[in-house]
Amino acid sequence: MAGSISNLGHNTAAKKNHSAGIRGIAKQSATSEARWIRWSLISIAMLFLALFLILPLVIVFTEAFAKGMGVYVAAITHPDAAAAIKLTLLAAAIAVPLNVVFGLAASWAIAKFQFKGKQIVITLIDLPFAVSPVVAGLIYMLLFGAQGLFGHWLMDHNVRIMFAVPGIVLATVFITFPFITRELIPLMQEQGKEQEEAAITLGANGWQMFFRVTLPSIKWALLYGIILCNARAMGEFGAVSVVSGKIRGQTNTMPLHIEILYNEYQFAAAFAVASLLALLALVTLVLKSALEWKAAREHEIAVLTAQAQ
Amino acid sequence: MMKLINTLSLIAGALLLSTAAVAKDVKLLNVSYDPTRELYREYNIAFAKHWLAKTGDKVTVEQSHGGSGAQSRSVIDGLQADVVTFALAGDIDPLARIGKLIPENWETRLPQHSAPYTSTIVFLVRKGNPKHIKDWDDLIKKNVEVITPNPKTSGGARWNYLAAWGFAKRKLGSDQAAQDFVAKLYKNVPVLDSGARGATTTFVQRGIGDVLLTWENEAFLAVNELGADKVEIVVPSVSILAEASVTVVDKYADAHGTRVLAEEYLKYLYTKEGQNIIAKNFYRPRDKEVEAAYANKFPKIELFTIEDFGGWKKAQPEHFGDGGIFDKIYQ
Repeated sequence: MAGSISNLGHNTAAKKNHSAGIRGIAKQSATSEARWIRWSLISIAMLFLALFLILPLVIVFTEAFAKGMGVYVAAITHPDAAAAIKLTLLAAAIAVPLNVVFGLAASWAIAKFQFKGKQIVITLIDLPFAVSPVVAGLIYMLLFGAQGLFGHWLMDHNVRIMFAVPGIVLATVFITFPFITRELIPLMQEQGKEQEEAAITLGANGWQMFFRVTLPSIKWALLYGIILCNARAMGEFGAVSVVSGKIRGQTNTMPLHIEILYNEYQFAAAFAVASLLALLALVTLVLKSALEWKAAREHEIAVLTAQAQ
Repeated sequence: MMKLINTLSLIAGALLLSTAAVAKDVKLLNVSYDPTRELYREYNIAFAKHWLAKTGDKVTVEQSHGGSGAQSRSVIDGLQADVVTFALAGDIDPLARIGKLIPENWETRLPQHSAPYTSTIVFLVRKGNPKHIKDWDDLIKKNVEVITPNPKTSGGARWNYLAAWGFAKRKLGSDQAAQDFVAKLYKNVPVLDSGARGATTTFVQRGIGDVLLTWENEAFLAVNELGADKVEIVVPSVSILAEASVTVVDKYADAHGTRVLAEEYLKYLYTKEGQNIIAKNFYRPRDKEVEAAYANKFPKIELFTIEDFGGWKKAQPEHFGDGGIFDKIYQ
């Protein structure tokens, strides 16, 4: 079976290449620009990329190591930096699973069922994309700040939300709300509910259907959403900066810590911590590409299997 | 009966334990303004030593820095500072008025109306002073770009503004003329940062502007950190005595049980040790002996005070409140 699939894959791939080649030549004469235009457009794009994406990245790393390995290590192992890294990881470790559960539930409801107010729910989910992060932070301040709606009650019961870890987690959850849902809804809508209905008719209970039918078909999109969600959770600055209070070693996340170091003339240290965040971004990109590649491959195999049958 | 005695003796034992002088780890949160990072980094270490010697307790002082006005807002919103060390009394007043966190008479609780150190406003220009900026008049010339932070969020920016106003009023005579002068000055400001340190980075790192209006201590620090080959200090003919105020935040300190520690933390600022650290970090000390020891470090400038503006309680709403003079001239 596997052999026949890979064989099939080869054949069609070769055919595709062939036809693409023919189409390519035909198109070129009719619709493509002169060679020099193409080349200059490509060079402009590459130059732009190099200038605005690659160069800054290179600068982050060269500045980080500008004062040597010793300063770099000292900067990222300093207690305040370590605390910032821990807090960032903690916020992401809470925000991402919460949003996975919420994202699955919400996209399930939206993609598979019809109900009144569905459009409103979709709009609400998109709200964190539309609202500026600073405003998001201020909203929480108006709710939980000492002068806010629940401020007095919280103060009387000695519950700290603002300027403490819960506030930072809340802000992070809010900001990363739509990432997973937005990945899942289109896919789930496209897939429809026939397979799930089939599973139920064949006697599966709700959980069985979810774990054996629904989850496998959305797993790549879900993982992709998780990666984006995580990257944003760790990189968030605006909302967190409003609710943090910027207490060193207590409520500083990595992005806030970078700003503080930069403001204290500790440029090498600031870039050292920044390089950690940049590294995270690079890992995210690699993972993302790997996932896209894998998902595309699985899709192709599935299509081919279906055709073979 | 036996049971009762047992219980009682247990309670008594617990009480004894809790009151005994066991060395503890204690924490204190100092919410401060932008340029004091280096000052309090050094001061906190010295104070921790002092407190350890005095009580046997190990104290960790946590710091938060930002624009003085913005920090004041955060404390009112629930940032639970045991002490605040702000750029001006005008940023502590709202803690009493809006936040009800401290009594109205907070200023009377420590010597020198609760301002253990002062500074003033000077200019920082690029090496060689290419635009020949000597005094406040030069700031309103065409093609001079002035960097100063936003007076709504930064304490230093408010001192900058009032220093310019004071100069103009002395020179030109009337408040109206002073207002026109300040309005002209702000026409030359391309960007308002939220705090003094942000403005310094804008000027020095990003290379924007011809002159930075800033705290004397911040200017000294910038020259020290970035090298005298890049920037130099220009001392104007007259400036303002900028008093930085401190207070215990009663409501939070009492809730944390840190009042005694917090009070001692601020009192220690007035001691010889405290004043020396202050002077070393380019703030002007209050102590006469320490001042004499560092006399050659601080240039002699004629200084007027906030009292010329009727004190912060009057100046704050008049100039910087909603719809105040600053709102009118900077649109």
